[in-house]
Amino acid sequence: MNETATALILARAQFAFTVSFHFVFPAFSIGLASFLAVLEGLWLKTGRGVYANLYRYWLKIFAIVFGMGVVSGIVMSYQFGTNWSVFSDRAGPIIGPLMAYEVLSAFFLEAGFLGVMLFGINKVGRELHFFATLMVALGTLMSATWILAVNSWMQTPAGWMVNAGGQFVPSGSWLEIIFNPSFPYRFVHTVIAAYLTTSLVVGAVGAWHLLKDRGNLGAQRMFSMAMWMAAIVAPIQIFAGDTQGLNTLEHQPVKIMAMEGHFESHPHGAPLILFGRPNQAAGRVGYAVQIPHLSSLVLKHAWNAPLAGLDSVPRSDWPPVAIVFWSFRIMVGLGCAMLGLGLLSLWARARGTLFSSPLLHRFAVLMGPAGFVAVIAGWVTTEVGRQPFTIYHLLRTANSVSPIGSPGVTGSLLAFVVVYFCAFASGTVYLLKLMAHPPEAHETAPRSLPTRTAGITPAAAMVGGDAPGGAQPAASPRA
Amino acid sequence: MDLTVVWAAIIVFAVAMYVVMDGFDLGIAILFPLFRVGEERDMAMNAIAPVWDGNETWLVLGGGGLMAAFPLAYAIILPALYAPLIAMLLGLVFRGVAFEFRWRDPQHRARWDFGFCVGSLVATFAQGVTLGALLQGIKVSGRAYAGGYWDWLTPFSVLTGISLIVGYALLGACWLIWKTTGVVHDDARRFAKPLSLGMFAALAVVSAYTPFLEQKYYQAWLAWPGVLAAAQMPLAVAVVGVLLYRRIGKGRDSLPFLLTLCLFGLSLVGLGISMWPDLIPGRVSIWDAAAPHSSQVFMLVGAGVLVPVILVYTGWAYWVFRGKVDGGGYH
Repeated sequence: MNETATALILARAQFAFTVSFHFVFPAFSIGLASFLAVLEGLWLKTGRGVYANLYRYWLKIFAIVFGMGVVSGIVMSYQFGTNWSVFSDRAGPIIGPLMAYEVLSAFFLEAGFLGVMLFGINKVGRELHFFATLMVALGTLMSATWILAVNSWMQTPAGWMVNAGGQFVPSGSWLEIIFNPSFPYRFVHTVIAAYLTTSLVVGAVGAWHLLKDRGNLGAQRMFSMAMWMAAIVAPIQIFAGDTQGLNTLEHQPVKIMAMEGHFESHPHGAPLILFGRPNQAAGRVGYAVQIPHLSSLVLKHAWNAPLAGLDSVPRSDWPPVAIVFWSFRIMVGLGCAMLGLGLLSLWARARGTLFSSPLLHRFAVLMGPAGFVAVIAGWVTTEVGRQPFTIYHLLRTANSVSPIGSPGVTGSLLAFVVVYFCAFASGTVYLLKLMAHPPEAHETAPRSLPTRTAGITPAAAMVGGDAPGGAQPAASPRA
Repeated sequence: MDLTVVWAAIIVFAVAMYVVMDGFDLGIAILFPLFRVGEERDMAMNAIAPVWDGNETWLVLGGGGLMAAFPLAYAIILPALYAPLIAMLLGLVFRGVAFEFRWRDPQHRARWDFGFCVGSLVATFAQGVTLGALLQGIKVSGRAYAGGYWDWLTPFSVLTGISLIVGYALLGACWLIWKTTGVVHDDARRFAKPLSLGMFAALAVVSAYTPFLEQKYYQAWLAWPGVLAAAQMPLAVAVVGVLLYRRIGKGRDSLPFLLTLCLFGLSLVGLGISMWPDLIPGRVSIWDAAAPHSSQVFMLVGAGVLVPVILVYTGWAYWVFRGKVDGGGYH
C-alpha cells in the first residue's frame, strides 16, 4: 500500500474510532434525558416519592454519560478540519451552517441548563428545575436533528451547486438542504434507536435488581416503564427501519446491493440471502443460505420484480460489501431479539408475572447492551455503505482527506485510542458501579460527597439490596 | 453591510467568550495542586462545576463557526496546527471527565485530580501555541496547508503557550477570590500577586516580539502614523496592570477578576490591530475565506435570534449559582 492510501485508511480509522465511541453516549443520553423528563413530570404530577428517587438514581448516571458525550463530541467538531480538511473546505458552506445551528440551538441549551439540572434543585424550586430538565431533553433532540440533517445531506445531497472555488454551495432553499430525501427517515430511525437503547439499559438495570429483590419498588417501576417502551417502540422501529431501507433503495441502491449481498443482477426476482460469505474479489456470496424471491418481495413488494446487482456498477464504486452485509445482519438480528423481549414482557404482564419471572429478567439483563451494538452496527451499515464517497456520488473519500502524512495520523490515532480507553473505560466502570447499586428509598442527589452516599437515613440502610434475604416485600422502600 | 465583517466579529466574540469563561475554569485546574486535598480542592472544583460545560461550548462555537463562516481558513488552519489541536482535545477529555469521576471513585481521586490539572495545563498550552503559530504565519499552497508537522513549534509559539498558562491561572485565581471564602480565598489572593506580575511580563515580551514577526505587524504597530494609536495600548495595559496589582491585595472581591478581564480585552484588541483583516496573516483574508452570501445570511438569522437567548439563559445559570460557594458542594 502506498503512502497516500495508508494515510487515507488511517484517517478513516481515526474518524470511525472517535465517532463510534462518541455516538454510544448520545445514543444513551438522548433517551435518558427524555426518561428523566418523564420521571420528574410524573413526580410533580403524582407526588410519589418513587419517581423522585428514580429521577435522582438515573440523574447520577446521566451526569457521567453526558460528560463523556461532551468531551468526545468536541473531538468530532475538530476532526472534520484536522483530518478531512478538503471535505471541510468543499462542503463547509453547506454543512458548516447546519452544525453551527446545532451548537447554537442544542449544545448551549443542554450545557446551559445542565448545571441547574444537576445541582440546582434547592436553588430554583421544582417547577423551574423541571423546566431545566425539559430544556436539556429538548437540547439532545435538537442536536440529533441538526447532525442528522448533515449526515443525511452527505448520503442524499440536495439543493447544492458548485462555485468557482470548487465548493458545494446552496443553490436556493435551505429547506431543500435540511429536508433532503433521506433526512426524515434517518431522523426517526435514529431517535427511536436512542429511546430503544435507553429502555433496554433501564430495563436491564431494573431486571438485575428484581433478580436480587423482586420487591424493590424502584426496580419494579423502572422495569415496567422500560418494558412498556420496548414493547411499543421495537415494532415501530422495525417498521421505521423498513421505510428507511426503501428510501435507501430509491436514492442509494448500491448500498442496498451491499446490504443484501447482491453481487449479481436478478431480472426475475432476487433471493433474500440470510447468511453467507461475501467475497468482494470474486464478486459472489459463498455458502449462501437464501430464500428465493423474498428480497424482491420485501424491497419491491412483488415476487418477480427485477433487482439490479453490483455487477451493474463499476467496481471502483463498490463499498466494502462484507462489512455492510454483516453489520446489517447484526442490527436486524438484535432488532428481532428486542421485539421478542417486548412481546415476552407483554405476555408476562398479562399473566401478572412481570416482576416475578427470573427468565424474563435474565433475558432483559442480557439485552442491556444490545441497543448500543445495534446502533453502532446500523451506523456502520449506512456509513460504510456510502463508501467510496463522503458526499454520495459527488466527492470521493480519497479526495476529501487532509494533507497529513501517515506518521502524523498514526500518532494521533494511537493517542486517541489510549486516552479513550483510559477515560471511557473508567467511566463505564463507574456507570456499572452506579447501576449495580439498587435504587433506594432515599436516593442522594448527584455529587454528594461519598461519605454521604452510604445511606444517611435508617430507611435507606434498611433496604440495602445487598443484604441476604432482602427479598421480602416488607423491606421494600416506601413510595 | 458586509456580512463577512459581521461574521468575523461573531467568531471573535465566540473566541473571546471562550477565553474569558473557560479561561478561569482551566486556570483553577492549573492551580489545583496548590490547594490542599479535601475541602479546599472540593471548593475550588465546586466554584466551576455547574458552569464549565456551557463555558466549553464557546470553543465548539469558535471551531464550528469558523468552519461555517470561513471554511477555507478552517481547512488550512486545522491541519497546520494538527499536533497542538489534538493535544488540546485530549487534554480537555481528561479535564471534562474529572468533574464527575473524582466524586465517583474516592480511592483514585488523586489520579483524576492529576488528570484534571495536567489535562487543563496541556489544553491551555496548546491553545497558546495555536495562537502563536497562527500569528507567526502558516505556509499555504492553493487551498491547502503546505507546511510540515512541526512548523508550529517555535520559540515564539512556546512563549505564547506559557503566557496563556500564566494568564488563565491569573483568571482562575481571581475567580476564586470572587467566588470563595476562607482558606481558598486567601490562597487565591496570595497566588494572584505573582501571577499578575507574570501576566504583565508575558504581555510585554509577546508585544515586543510580535512586530518583528511580519512586516505587516511592524507597519501596524511601529510605522507612522499608526504608532500614535498603537502607543495607547501599552499605556492602557500599564494602567490596568497597576490597578489590578493593587486590588489583589485588598478591596472588593469581584474587582481583580474584572480587571483581569480588561487585560484580556486589551490583548484581544492588540491581536486585532496585528491581524486585521487576515485570518491567516499575509495569506488568507476574511474575504478570501468567507462562505457564500446565502450561508452567511442563513446562519446570521439563527445567530441573531439564538445568541441573545443563549446569553440570557447562561446569565440565568450563573445567577442561580451566584454568591460564594459553600464548602461541602451543592446539595
